[in-house]
Amino acid sequence: MGEVYVITSGKGGVGKTTTTANVGTYLSVLGKRVLLIDADIGLRNLDVVMGLENRIVFDIVDVVEGRCKPKQALIKDKRFDGLYLLPAAQSKDKTAVSPEQMKALCEQLKDDFDFILIDCPAGIEQGFKNAIAGAQKAIVVTTPEVSAVRDADRIIGLLEAYELHNPKLIINRIRFDMVKRGDMMDIDDILEILSIELLGIIPDDEKIIISTNKGEPVVMDEKSKAGQEYRNIARRILGENIPILGEEENSGFLSRLKKLLGLNNS
Amino acid sequence: MFEFFNKFFNKPSSKDIAKERLKLVIIHDRANVSPELLEMIKNEILKAIQKYIVIDDKLLEIQITRTPSEQKGEFVPALIANIPIKSVKKTEILSNEADN
Repeated sequence: MGEVYVITSGKGGVGKTTTTANVGTYLSVLGKRVLLIDADIGLRNLDVVMGLENRIVFDIVDVVEGRCKPKQALIKDKRFDGLYLLPAAQSKDKTAVSPEQMKALCEQLKDDFDFILIDCPAGIEQGFKNAIAGAQKAIVVTTPEVSAVRDADRIIGLLEAYELHNPKLIINRIRFDMVKRGDMMDIDDILEILSIELLGIIPDDEKIIISTNKGEPVVMDEKSKAGQEYRNIARRILGENIPILGEEENSGFLSRLKKLLGLNNS
Repeated sequence: MFEFFNKFFNKPSSKDIAKERLKLVIIHDRANVSPELLEMIKNEILKAIQKYIVIDDKLLEIQITRTPSEQKGEFVPALIANIPIKSVKKTEILSNEADN
């Protein structure tokens, strides 16, 4: 029986869709049966990030309105065994699927997959409530910016209110050069504020843009640092104990001493 | 090297400023309490306490923080007041009680 994850954020543009695509792809590479559901109805994008946009026949709204069977709407990714996409509708609005319908859909598809990842629309409105309705676990994505972290805090509060407890955090687009200069909040700063468990940090990586341009998930790029971290996140979801990037860099005695003396940045 | 001098002269880095601003804004988001409301509460507390105690009202601090709740791992907002006492108006209270 599959686990249903929702990937969410408060602020838009922090990397939910990229995260959904990459974590899902790598879970399938690791031999799991994975379904990606785009719940951002009206503004679908998971299909283009995955490079599957020209294969869409039916979408999630067709399914809930009974125009096709759920399995007819699933697009099988030919590159990866066991990876499927259920696209969002482009023409309807966010309220086209109700929380009850979403819940029923996840229940129906859960047995056929090891993982269902739901790409949630940004914000806290009805679209958010619909997207999280069928999920048992939540992953919150943020970037190290004041606005994104603030909105992440709001989302964590809401998830709690909807009884999706212990969400995990992914901090996206970290720039280690800026962190070193003291011009970007580091992981500890953000965790102290949000006080939730960290699932992974993704370095800012221009390869993301290149791979999205091509419609190929960056996890398949062996040289990409972001890709490497997405692979690690997928493994952590499967229960492997993989240290989080950058943590080991700061744990040495010398760097601690430097930090103590305020010399870390010079 | 600039960072070193900045630290030397106690200039906060932009990430420190971000963190402080975030903490403040999030505390108010969580409790849904505006700074104005907090100021009103502060004044009411002052009035109530000043009946019995002489306090240093310049140093009075009132803020909303997060404290761990009894349920493991959860945090709840809490109102924290820091009230520096100058002296207690002992005689007055005692004499009032004696009168009763």
